[in-house]
Amino acid sequence: MHGRPRKATKQEDPAAAAAKSARLRELQSQLLHFHHNRIYTKEAVSVSSKLLEINPEIYTGWNYRKLAFQHNLKEVSDTDTIKSAIEDELRMVEVALRRNPKSYGAWYHRKWILGQKLVPANFDHEFRLLDMLLEADARNFHGWNYRRFIARLKDVSEEEELKFTMDMINANFSNYSAWHNRSMLLSKLLTKKVKGFHEEESILTDEFELVRQALFTDPSDQSGWFYHLWLLDQTSTPHKPHLVSSWPSDKLNIEISSQFKEKCERFPIIFCFNQQVDGINLATATVNSKLVSSEHITWKPLSANNSTKSKIWVAFLENFNKYCENSEEGLSFEISVHCCESIVHLKFAMKLSHMDHQGKNRDGFEELFLWDCPKSQEINPYLVSSDQWRLRVESVEEDAKWHLDTLSAEIALFKMSECDEDSKFVKLTLARLLGAHNSIKSGGSSYFEEILKLYDDLIKLDAPHYRYYRDERSLVLLDQLTSSKDSLVEYSSRCENSSFSCINPQLCINFSGLNLTRIGFVERLLWVQILDLSHNSLTSISGLEALQLLVCLNLSHNQIMSFTAVEPIKSLQSLKVLDLSFNEIGSHPVDTTRYLCSSPLSHTCDVPEAMEELAKENIQIGDFWEAILLFKSLRLVQLDMQGNPVTNDRFRVLVEKVNPCLKWLDGKPVC
Amino acid sequence: MAEIPTSDYPTIDPTSFDLIVSGTGLSASLLAAAASVAGKSVLHIDPNSFYGSHFSSLPLPSFLSYISSASSSPNLYSDVETSSESLPEPSRSFLVDLVGPRLLYCSDETVDLLLRSGASHHVEFKSVDSSLVYWDGKLCSVPDSRQAIFKDKSLGLAEKSQMMKFFKLVQSHIALTRSGTTVESGEEAGVMIPEEDLEMPFVEFLKKQRLPPKIRALVLYAIAMADYEQDNGDSCKMVVSTREGIETISLYTSSIGRFANAIGAFIYPMYGHGELPQAFCRCAAVKGALYVLRMPVIDILTDMESNKYIGVRLASGQEIFSSQLVLDPSYEIPASLSPRENIVSSNLSSYVARGVCITNRSLELNSANILLVFPPKSLHQEQLTAVRALQISANVAVCPSGFFIVHLSTPCEDAALGKEYITSAMKALFNSRELPAESVEAQTKEEGESVEAPTQEEGETKPTLLWSCAFVQELREASYDGAASICPMPDANLDFRNILSTTRKLFQNMYPGEEFIPQNSAPDNIDDDADEGSPE
Repeated sequence: MHGRPRKATKQEDPAAAAAKSARLRELQSQLLHFHHNRIYTKEAVSVSSKLLEINPEIYTGWNYRKLAFQHNLKEVSDTDTIKSAIEDELRMVEVALRRNPKSYGAWYHRKWILGQKLVPANFDHEFRLLDMLLEADARNFHGWNYRRFIARLKDVSEEEELKFTMDMINANFSNYSAWHNRSMLLSKLLTKKVKGFHEEESILTDEFELVRQALFTDPSDQSGWFYHLWLLDQTSTPHKPHLVSSWPSDKLNIEISSQFKEKCERFPIIFCFNQQVDGINLATATVNSKLVSSEHITWKPLSANNSTKSKIWVAFLENFNKYCENSEEGLSFEISVHCCESIVHLKFAMKLSHMDHQGKNRDGFEELFLWDCPKSQEINPYLVSSDQWRLRVESVEEDAKWHLDTLSAEIALFKMSECDEDSKFVKLTLARLLGAHNSIKSGGSSYFEEILKLYDDLIKLDAPHYRYYRDERSLVLLDQLTSSKDSLVEYSSRCENSSFSCINPQLCINFSGLNLTRIGFVERLLWVQILDLSHNSLTSISGLEALQLLVCLNLSHNQIMSFTAVEPIKSLQSLKVLDLSFNEIGSHPVDTTRYLCSSPLSHTCDVPEAMEELAKENIQIGDFWEAILLFKSLRLVQLDMQGNPVTNDRFRVLVEKVNPCLKWLDGKPVC
Repeated sequence: MAEIPTSDYPTIDPTSFDLIVSGTGLSASLLAAAASVAGKSVLHIDPNSFYGSHFSSLPLPSFLSYISSASSSPNLYSDVETSSESLPEPSRSFLVDLVGPRLLYCSDETVDLLLRSGASHHVEFKSVDSSLVYWDGKLCSVPDSRQAIFKDKSLGLAEKSQMMKFFKLVQSHIALTRSGTTVESGEEAGVMIPEEDLEMPFVEFLKKQRLPPKIRALVLYAIAMADYEQDNGDSCKMVVSTREGIETISLYTSSIGRFANAIGAFIYPMYGHGELPQAFCRCAAVKGALYVLRMPVIDILTDMESNKYIGVRLASGQEIFSSQLVLDPSYEIPASLSPRENIVSSNLSSYVARGVCITNRSLELNSANILLVFPPKSLHQEQLTAVRALQISANVAVCPSGFFIVHLSTPCEDAALGKEYITSAMKALFNSRELPAESVEAQTKEEGESVEAPTQEEGETKPTLLWSCAFVQELREASYDGAASICPMPDANLDFRNILSTTRKLFQNMYPGEEFIPQNSAPDNIDDDADEGSPE
């Protein structure tokens, strides 16, 4: 039990222990015999009882009992017989639970028996049992879980159960299970708008008041903080998903370079939502354009695990330059997105530009691309409109008054207690509150500097969790940098190279050397084509998959440990230049994340033909298949891999084989 | 009581004992029990017809006549004042403690002694349900535990956190002191209060912990049970040191949860505190002590030559001899015995003002037995001592159901001032019965005009006082002169700890080298803690 030292198991007399284990083995083999031969006689079942009484963890024993129960009651209609059979099972489970109150198998068996609903359950007995259990250990989550089950079965009202959680919290507020159940019940009551729970805001205000009592009485107790986090989430996260940004953004006029050598066949349209949504399709996202009909458009969620839900949805206009060439005045598009009872309309236009940009590298990749795009003070044409989604949030700010007031009150409160206390919970909660406030109210007096300082403090104060704090800090920093045009201008520049992309000029963002450990706020960077993330501390780049316009990506001098960690770039179809130099790819012999990703073994992808060739070159493809799968899905022209443990001559041969378009490898031309 | 015919006195045989004890107060009874346990032959007599002397619990009429009786001289009780002549009926069903308000900590030594001597078989206890403090003209619960602080409605958030931090410091100190380890640096073993802090006044230590005035008052008066205003610096009569304060808190916290069926830290004996001396008398009797009630000592016998004590003459005329004598503080040494002045003048140290109230409604909803503290200055600016009150109910069998007895006390040097505190505390708690019409009128006015005066929560009115009594009791200290001891009077404290340590000292003077009720002196080896609180 929590906070109580575990009692050392009593030293058993070796002879007794041996006898016990012999008995267990004997019972177990008997049980398996009965189980395999489907013997469900009284004597056979009693063997399973004996076994489970000694060790309730034998799941097979419970399964056998379920089969026996079903078998023996198959043709019985006499209520008394059924009743006594159920009572036997429940008694058996009770004995097992006394032996181990946290036995999953035993709890599940009890639920299964009652869930059959063969006879009305004796709820009084069940609640008495629960009271006894929760008295012994008020935080036993099995008990709470079972209580929810019984309450549902008996149809106990949520208000009543809510009162019970209050009693338990009043008895001891260090009860995470009670707080958790409270949050579950309140969520239900608020969604159902049960009488007395119409006014979400006043209910949540009361809950804030309640949890404050716990937080201030004992700030070192975690359970209250978890509940506070839930309340904060209720206060700062909009309930319904909405569109936060798109590419192209509303009212954008895109110039398509006519000098683009390569056939630019696919033009991406990207939607970013504030939370995962599904069901974006031709019916919910309608495209209105003179020349392009909806049939040419397929919406796809961008997700790592083939989920149908995603925050980011992409569609490609196929063969769009063909249309552009055909229409002198340009193409205009109107898109309407229906999502959760709200409709967003977008308008944008494309025009073929015959203007000759003063591009230096008109001949494309005949020269090595160097990461020194000239800094531009010129206003980025896309930056202006990238802010438009925020305006939409401003418009709901009237409704957000309570949310802002509540957050401000909490902020004031925790600032007060932060002064005289070096509590990590206070600091973390304050950082989260300030972040939530920022997310609702943009501009004006943003709390970025304060939040960054709090995370800096936390990294020092709570070293064991520094990775989490660094990740959070990275997000805050990215939020700050991308929050306004003025701050972003500092990091942006432009590059004109018509062989990179048909969208000219290419816009660059340089976020190098910022000590970033993860990526966020990509929804504000959808227009970026050249991104420099070098000299950070990135171990993962998840989120980058949203940047569908990316042509050049610099990830050098980071802490990327494996090819699976850069898997998000697989979906970046326009990517031409990739710098992965000076990372730690290959430093760890076993890539522990590989099992989460697709592999040739999982039959989700074809074995590249190149593999056979590689085998001839005496290269163990088994060692490199993550790299092979990655490069195979890209059409890279320039790649830098030096300074990684994985890099050697054989690897270079492999890279050249699987990247047929490659012109430059590690700064040298590929012959 | 004293008018029992001489012929009725029994003859006592034998006529010589190791120890004669006159008076059956708690201290005297403990001495009788301890001496019996140590194998001494003991004669224990009492001039009264009941056990307990000044520690007794008496039916209301007897209580009144006891404290008003001119016969109880030297005059230990004075300034007796009652609200009315007519007593609430049935008046004999109200059992009033002479020592009230008083409680036992579950972990205090008195409880240990009860268990050790087997006296616990003769007493049954009930828990005190709640602990209140009078602050800002209102009754608030004393946030004495983590959970109580969480639930408390009157403390601010910052106050809660400060109070909890202080408790954690004290708990860590107590834990380390108990385990006997010195502070190991580097380890997360906790913090100990440094030695120099333990010596400083507790109030200064609380200030050093940056506790606000309200919390300081709560800790000092409602938890550490300080009697005198501690903020006065040097002029304070009894400064509680940090060490003492921490000790009381330690006792308090170890009391919570000692007995599974006790709710908080305090317990109260069924049928009143008079049961305690009686229980110890029973232990003494089991060990062979001889008991005779209604038997006054009329003279003390001394050796003609050495002028040393040799025995007593009883009211029956019989002379009984012993080497040691224990006397009740109320025993008036006959004038004939003037040389023994040191016995006569058992030192008068100061006074304690006490009050007894009878009401028919509880001070707090859903609580029957309540401890209540008025910290200094909470009643008025000049109040220098804390006033403590204890409400007890029918569930401890001291009054008919539906009634409540409230005991109050405060130490004082000036009898009038002490009584004034007691009466103002009564006024703060109750509506007086004399002016029912006016008070109702006054209240309706208040409600109507919604004046700033703090009205009772949710329009609740105060309980009405049915009957009350206030009196002043002298505090006499114990004394010992080699053969005769005088027991102490009930003190102004909430518990019996001081009485007990004085008694222990008296015993050690009488019988140096003998252990004071050693472990396992209970007649039968019944498992000690198990029967606590169970019916007799």
